[in-house]
Amino acid sequence: MNFDFSDDQKQMRDAARKFLSEQCPPKAVRTVLDGKAAYDKELWKGLAEMGFLGVAIPEEFGGAGAGHLELCVIAEEMGRALAPAPFSSTVYLAAEAILIAGSEAQKQTWLPKIASGEAIGTLALFEGKGNPSPKAIKLAASGGTLNGVKKPVPDGAIADFAIVAVRTGSTGRDSDISLFLVDLKAGGVEVKSLTNVDPTRGQAELTFKNAKAEPLGATGDGWSILSQVLDRAAVLVAFEQVGGADRALEMGRDYALDRIAFGRPIGSFQAVKHMLADMYVSATLARSNCYYGAWALSTNASELPEAAAAARISATQAFQHCAKNNIQVHGGMGFTWEFDCHMYYRRANAVALGLGSLSYWEDQLIDRMRKKNAA
Amino acid sequence: MNFDDTPQEAEFRSLARKWVAANAPKEFEEELSKSSLGRIRLARHDMVEVGKAWQKKKAEGGWACLHWPKEYGGRGATPIEKVIWQQEEGVYGKLTQPFQIGEGMCGPTVMAFGSEDSKRRYLPKLASGDEIWCQLFSEPAGGSDVAGLRTRAEKKGDNWIVNGQKIWTSGAHYSDYGLLITRTDPNVPKHKGLTMFFLDMKSKGVEVRPIKQANGMQEFNEVYFTDVVIPDHQRLGAVGDGWNVSLTTLMNERMSIGSRLATGFPEMFEFCSNLMTDDGLAIDDPATRSKLASWAVKASGLKYTSYRAISALSKGERPGPENSIGKLVSGMMLQDIATYAMDLQGAAGALTGDAEEQARGQFQQMLLSSPSMRIAGGTDEILRNIIAERVLGLPGDIRVDKDVPFNKIPTKGR
Repeated sequence: MNFDFSDDQKQMRDAARKFLSEQCPPKAVRTVLDGKAAYDKELWKGLAEMGFLGVAIPEEFGGAGAGHLELCVIAEEMGRALAPAPFSSTVYLAAEAILIAGSEAQKQTWLPKIASGEAIGTLALFEGKGNPSPKAIKLAASGGTLNGVKKPVPDGAIADFAIVAVRTGSTGRDSDISLFLVDLKAGGVEVKSLTNVDPTRGQAELTFKNAKAEPLGATGDGWSILSQVLDRAAVLVAFEQVGGADRALEMGRDYALDRIAFGRPIGSFQAVKHMLADMYVSATLARSNCYYGAWALSTNASELPEAAAAARISATQAFQHCAKNNIQVHGGMGFTWEFDCHMYYRRANAVALGLGSLSYWEDQLIDRMRKKNAA
Repeated sequence: MNFDDTPQEAEFRSLARKWVAANAPKEFEEELSKSSLGRIRLARHDMVEVGKAWQKKKAEGGWACLHWPKEYGGRGATPIEKVIWQQEEGVYGKLTQPFQIGEGMCGPTVMAFGSEDSKRRYLPKLASGDEIWCQLFSEPAGGSDVAGLRTRAEKKGDNWIVNGQKIWTSGAHYSDYGLLITRTDPNVPKHKGLTMFFLDMKSKGVEVRPIKQANGMQEFNEVYFTDVVIPDHQRLGAVGDGWNVSLTTLMNERMSIGSRLATGFPEMFEFCSNLMTDDGLAIDDPATRSKLASWAVKASGLKYTSYRAISALSKGERPGPENSIGKLVSGMMLQDIATYAMDLQGAAGALTGDAEEQARGQFQQMLLSSPSMRIAGGTDEILRNIIAERVLGLPGDIRVDKDVPFNKIPTKGR
């Protein structure tokens, strides 16, 4: 059994960590947090130069053709550094959707641009409150144009193109949904930035008014493609969450070692030690679930739906738990703008919702386990 | 990243599988596979006798304590081979329960500190199950604080005379030998005045009294020592070095990888999938689903954490400290799951008879037994301290009794 990343993959993780610690220190994250930029353009350029944007894109489409295990280790580092860049929307959502369902021409057009950092992509799925569901999709297509509103759309204000979930039928079945690819710079789409709890990752409202759109995949296949994309993204985002959880735990640990109260480091008090030990437990369970998800993702295993849901739930819980208690360990200082604790707290709670809420994934996991047991 | 054996591992697995298929006591297979929670009991047979027969057979086939050197009754197997063996032994591994303390703790301590004569005399018989060992560490005044123990050993000629009391001794009533830590010098700070021995449990002056536990069962014992004579050659390590010797014992306890801890989750998932409530199947209720999902990812998290440790072993590395989380997570889960399984049944959830209760009364039994899972072998609180100090590198607790002679430490709270 080798339930671990290879030495090469670990080297790539180290390279990503080094790159991000230099190019994406907390100061860089704060530039976006404070609204001085929509995202970190320099970082985005650097990610392209390092080959990280196209790490899982085949060489024939301008990528590095490495694979999804490599993408997982990079994702972990992106989460750890709170990278203020449209990595998840472009790489896990848009690129994955095109890889799964795109035509040869669509792959040739967009994947090289993603790998080189020229194009930012996203997935326009949600239409207001609620979790992923075919029933919630109302946006309509007629004669190759789209009309309707999508929100929230991650990185919608900076994206060059979007994969849009569209209603093309009214039978009440999953086959009512189709996917379209829209060039957001071609007109017909109004973009409005939305504020959210984590300003380091933008959200937007997209209003489609007779926007030109081309189908991505066959008509009626939209929900099936989306389900695959969401499962794959769930594993990748879970790695970001584990990276964030680990960093929040380290911050809490370091502060507990340095901070003196009542004449001793606060890390010598059992009330504080036990809180940190519990954070370690959550982060470790999440990491192990993520490794299983990574294996399923990289091998296209039939276990992927269950593994993805488990990784997503475990990593969501761990990041929220570690980010919350990191503030608690820091006491009053943890509640200042100046300390970085709130940036992890914001990210933990925003990223917990992006692909659907915790309760949605809990529901998915139980459904999938029942299906497996029934089979 | 893969779950495949290396060619050598696959060969070893196939060897083990064939041997188990040809030799295991299949008449107990069903009964053993059902007794997943709580203690193993066989309806018509004595667990220790059946266990001894299996252990003996394994020893003859070269499958007992297989990571031990051959000259001491083992096979000289690698750590990963031991894990593979445990996987292949499957449900029959439950029969090894009476020997686990000997194999996991007493044996390694004798191996590290015993004389060559002692090792050759005792270890092969421990491995073959001919002689069962117990561990005599905890005392009424020294549970989590093991070093607070009071059992005295005083030197008299070539012998030591032991007086005192141990408690929570699993299996003392059927053990042949015991690993015993004593206080030999009360005038020095508590960690410095301890000495380790092993003794014949049939020695004059040893009295074993079963403890009736909170769950109604009797698995633990009190052991009383009245002028028990132990020859000096049964001392393990130097006089006054007992604390260091005990650390070897306890480290071995925590290194036992791949020993699957029950979480209660598979049973709970099955239970909720079949339990009809007024509002339909329990598993269709959103609150229940949410709890199940949280338990599911804990159970899978533990499973894959152990896979990571096995991978490290397979590469010849020492597994990391992540294994220390197993008992902490599973102990709390058992208790929470039992409570919720009973809650789902309303007032009838309190009933315990096999006939009246769904799922063979297993959750009621789990509820009553689970407190011990959070205490025995290191309380939840001690485990959190270990994680905080050894894994995260946080400072140890400030110890007010550290440099105080043992006989000057207060013995009453108020």
